[in-house]
Amino acid sequence: MDATPMRNVAGASDKKAPKMVIAGATKYYQTRTGSVHALDNVSLDVRDGEFLCILGPSGCGKSTLLWSMGGLHGLTDGEIRLGAEKIIKPHPEIAMIFQDANLLPWRNLAANIALPFELKRKPVDQQRIDMLLKRVNLWGFESKFPRELSGGMQQRASIVRSLSVNPSLLLMDEPFGALDAFTRDEMNLLIQEIWMETGKTIVFITHSISEAIFLADRVVVMSARPGRIASVFDIDIPRPRPVDIQTRPDFIERVLHIKASIDHGRSPSEGLAIT
Amino acid sequence: MDKALGDKIPEFNRKKAGGGGDGVGLSGTSLGLGDHRTKLETLTIILVAVVIIGGAELLLKWFGVPQYVLPTPSLIIMALFTEWGFIWPHLLVTLYELLVGFAIGASIGFVLAAVITQFPFVEKIVTPYILLLVTTPMLALVPLLILKLGFGSEPRIIAVALASGPMVMINSATGFRRVDLAKIALARSFGASTFQIFTKIRIPMAMPMIIVGLMVGSIFGLLTTVGAEMVGGAEGLGNRLTYYSALIRMPQFFAIILILAIIGISIYVLFYWIGKKWASWET
Ligand SMILES: Nc1ncnc2c1ncn2[C@@H]1O[C@H](COP(=O)(O)OP(=O)(O)OP(=O)(O)O)[C@@H](O)[C@H]1O
Ligand SMILES: [Mg+2]
Repeated sequence: MDATPMRNVAGASDKKAPKMVIAGATKYYQTRTGSVHALDNVSLDVRDGEFLCILGPSGCGKSTLLWSMGGLHGLTDGEIRLGAEKIIKPHPEIAMIFQDANLLPWRNLAANIALPFELKRKPVDQQRIDMLLKRVNLWGFESKFPRELSGGMQQRASIVRSLSVNPSLLLMDEPFGALDAFTRDEMNLLIQEIWMETGKTIVFITHSISEAIFLADRVVVMSARPGRIASVFDIDIPRPRPVDIQTRPDFIERVLHIKASIDHGRSPSEGLAIT
Repeated sequence: MDKALGDKIPEFNRKKAGGGGDGVGLSGTSLGLGDHRTKLETLTIILVAVVIIGGAELLLKWFGVPQYVLPTPSLIIMALFTEWGFIWPHLLVTLYELLVGFAIGASIGFVLAAVITQFPFVEKIVTPYILLLVTTPMLALVPLLILKLGFGSEPRIIAVALASGPMVMINSATGFRRVDLAKIALARSFGASTFQIFTKIRIPMAMPMIIVGLMVGSIFGLLTTVGAEMVGGAEGLGNRLTYYSALIRMPQFFAIILILAIIGISIYVLFYWIGKKWASWET
């Protein structure tokens, strides 16, 4: 994809300056019924080129954190920096991928992928788009409308849309949460390959412990309301990781380990699925 | 930060497990204008029309219904041709008033809807008055307008604008209110300005309802044009209705009705096709 060399193993990029720094991020939502404490003093460095997964129970503030990282909304306190730049609005180096693909139903695939260029008032980089479409096996589907595509194809299209403007940081909010298990495995393989080929930094939110371990260099576990960072796990499994790795005993060991750490510090009613 | 987006994170509707059924076609509520009609269907439609018109002709003749009660279809068609030279200037007047009145009303209605939906508080204040305009027959104002503006086209154009504008406005507003925060967030994440969000997300999103508003508004405009012409003035198809009925020239009277019906159906077909082109993604 890009000219960046292939990387071999995880965690090779530790000692560089962090890609993004989150310092004391705190957020309250003001609502009619009072204020909701969504994030509490979250501090985290996103390393350059790493695959970081954020794991946590529903409503713990994962999306809130990611939206702040993408400059889509502000914090009550603390700050987020991309390199030296404070993030207060969307940044061209950052692209977001949403759950549900989020394609515009009134545009065909080609027009959907051209959207970022239109909004940035730049000529469409057709060469790059064609290369990406071929890479994710969507070549030839440009004239199709979103409703004519499967969920997996839609999400692949949205990945092409985000990569088409060549961002260096990808923020993904449960991108495969709505897909069936098989498609999800496929997408996980694809995103791993893309990450290995492009050297992008990826922050990936998920509910699934095994998805997080499968993809991540580091797994950040958040605790429920107010959202805090509970623990961070390094995942040093060599890449590329095949899908069936998830059935191996040492992988299951890691899942149980993370699950135990979560169960340790939570009330019994809320849970995380081992999927 | 975009004000409309604020802090909100949209709820994504998760697909239910095993839920298929993506391939819903476009012909959901086709009203018989679909483009994939078979020869047999076309034949049947023509046949039914022939039976109804021919049947009316025969029955009217059979029972000897007098012309001044209900003229036969053939008499109506004949009147249309023989009187055409006298009718068409009035047709032009009616179309002119409808077009100008509708253009004014629809533009104002559209802009108002677009602006007002951005400010919920303003919307709360303005909506009751718009509802008042929608529910009050604008025809009632025509005598007053004539008093003020005379017997020219202006009072009728104003009445048409007042009748169609609010229809366009309330329907478009419904469309603009259907904000999809996820799509707005998407556009913003690519650096979209508020204006770009409006043109690239909000307008296309509202388009199906805008088209409905334009259709309903133009039909209301037509009714009001004809009604206003019947109330006062010496021009237009509405005026011809009063004229011919006063003279008990029923074939001519029904010829005008036929023209009005054709205008109405043309409006419907026009917006049906516009909807097919610009809003078919919704169904
Ligand atoms: N616009 C808002 N106004 C008020 N409260 C909000 C708003 N958005 C989110 N919240 C609340 O803030 C908390 C964190 O929400 P957030 O969406 O970040 O959680 P999440 O971890 O992404 O959850 P999920 O896994 O279900 O997506 C929740 O309690 C939620 O109800
Ligand atoms: Mg979320």
